[in-house]
Amino acid sequence: MTYAKPLPVPDADSAHFWAGCRSHRLLLQRCRSCGTHRYPAGPVCPACRSRAVDWIEASGRATVFSWIVVRHPVPRDLYQDEVPYVVALVTLAEGPRMATNIIGCDPDAVTAGMAVEVVFREATAEIALPCFRPVLAGAR
Amino acid sequence: MWNLRDKYCIAGIGSTEFSKASGRTVLDLASTACLAALDDAGVSPDEVDGIVSFHFNDSVPAIAVATQLGVPAVRYAVDTAGGGNAANLIVLQAVAAIEAGLAETVLCYRAMNGRSGFRLGGGRDMSAHGITQYTAPFGWITYPQAMAMWCRRHMIEYGTTAEQLGQVAITARANAVLNERAMQRLPMSMDDYLASRFIVDPFRLYDICLESDGACAVLVTRADRARDLRQRPVHIMGGAYGGGPNQGEDLFDALRWPDHSHNYARYIAADLWGKAGVGPADVDVAEIYDCFTYSVLMQLEGLGFCREGEGGPFVADGNIARDGPLPVNTHGGLLSEAYIHGFNHVIEAVSQLRGHAGARQVPDAEIALTTAGAMTCGSALVLRR
Repeated sequence: MTYAKPLPVPDADSAHFWAGCRSHRLLLQRCRSCGTHRYPAGPVCPACRSRAVDWIEASGRATVFSWIVVRHPVPRDLYQDEVPYVVALVTLAEGPRMATNIIGCDPDAVTAGMAVEVVFREATAEIALPCFRPVLAGAR
Repeated sequence: MWNLRDKYCIAGIGSTEFSKASGRTVLDLASTACLAALDDAGVSPDEVDGIVSFHFNDSVPAIAVATQLGVPAVRYAVDTAGGGNAANLIVLQAVAAIEAGLAETVLCYRAMNGRSGFRLGGGRDMSAHGITQYTAPFGWITYPQAMAMWCRRHMIEYGTTAEQLGQVAITARANAVLNERAMQRLPMSMDDYLASRFIVDPFRLYDICLESDGACAVLVTRADRARDLRQRPVHIMGGAYGGGPNQGEDLFDALRWPDHSHNYARYIAADLWGKAGVGPADVDVAEIYDCFTYSVLMQLEGLGFCREGEGGPFVADGNIARDGPLPVNTHGGLLSEAYIHGFNHVIEAVSQLRGHAGARQVPDAEIALTTAGAMTCGSALVLRR
């Protein structure tokens, strides 16, 4: 079955990130000069303007910063079977913020500050999307 | 260093009808609004030498409009790629161009078939290149979806309620009822607001602005010249454009914005009021960019009409009503008049300052604020009669 929803188009800045997702590893850039983590991937560290960078594997832990529940599908044909779904901004343990989906959770049960962890969803053979699910109480 | 206070004026305004299906080209709409602004000022197209606009790949180039109008020699023409953030910026571009000697008489317009043509609210680049690769694959595609994230953050941080958001929508509608140009003129109650369906939680249908076909235009020239023209001139006291750090890679992107519980407004406030030489307490009428209800709260807070986080209680207490201390969006705003991307706010501010606002006139309005923008960047003007 063809995947019709938007698929990321990796570029020279982001190829490493999406390759990491494909192998179910959440990779982040870390500035080699000042240690600042950054996401989305970019060519220059906005904190110190260095171009030197290392890629590190993130913990995959995050907290919910903000979220929405999409109830009206746009475009309809692509999302009518998905609604309601949750899009969230999550703050990664390493600092940067990511847009993602919260899955494995009633959309009405999402709360601010909720602890979540990364889980990869296969979209195609080449692309896996980093989504997040609630961390079960007591799990570590 | 701004030393241009009251040196430039809006000498003419013009609009088309606002509708869902104009049946006209954007070029027709733009030309019609520009000719109306010139006629209002009593200036011939032969005298125009500058023309500026903003667009979202949904409009017509400034030189195309100048060509339609038979402008003999354009010396300054700029098409700024932008969203609502640019709606006041283009007026400042006109001022800057005249001050720099690049032009003398400058038309500013925004024209779009925003409902029957390209629907800005309905989606964006689905190919997920560039910054979009980090958002669209998660089904985060439309502007209502983008800005609901900001609204939620304000609710988390300050306890802002649906009823407070609803007050913005209801106030706009009450004003639109009195505005013969408004697209939505049926009265709206809080119950109507709360009963409207969720589009993208926390936004209900009535938190979201209209989609419109139409155009608005203004004519900017020197104050000494404007005094000799047909209308009472409206002076530009000051204006500002900008936002904070990490404004993002396009108008949707705010992944690196520090905190979505506030927007651009706080970052331009000191610049704006410093240039204008007045403060929030001096404003008689405020036309505040309202693509969504929440953005009014953030701009009221950011520009200092109330404290950070208190926008909800401020509007719930009736402060923004037409007969309240700070009448807001007297035309009905983007929520109920029309979505001409914030440029209709400029038209309304000028109408109010001239005393031409009819049934919705704020008595003795001397100083008006217009704002434009809802997220990481925006612009504002302070105008006086």
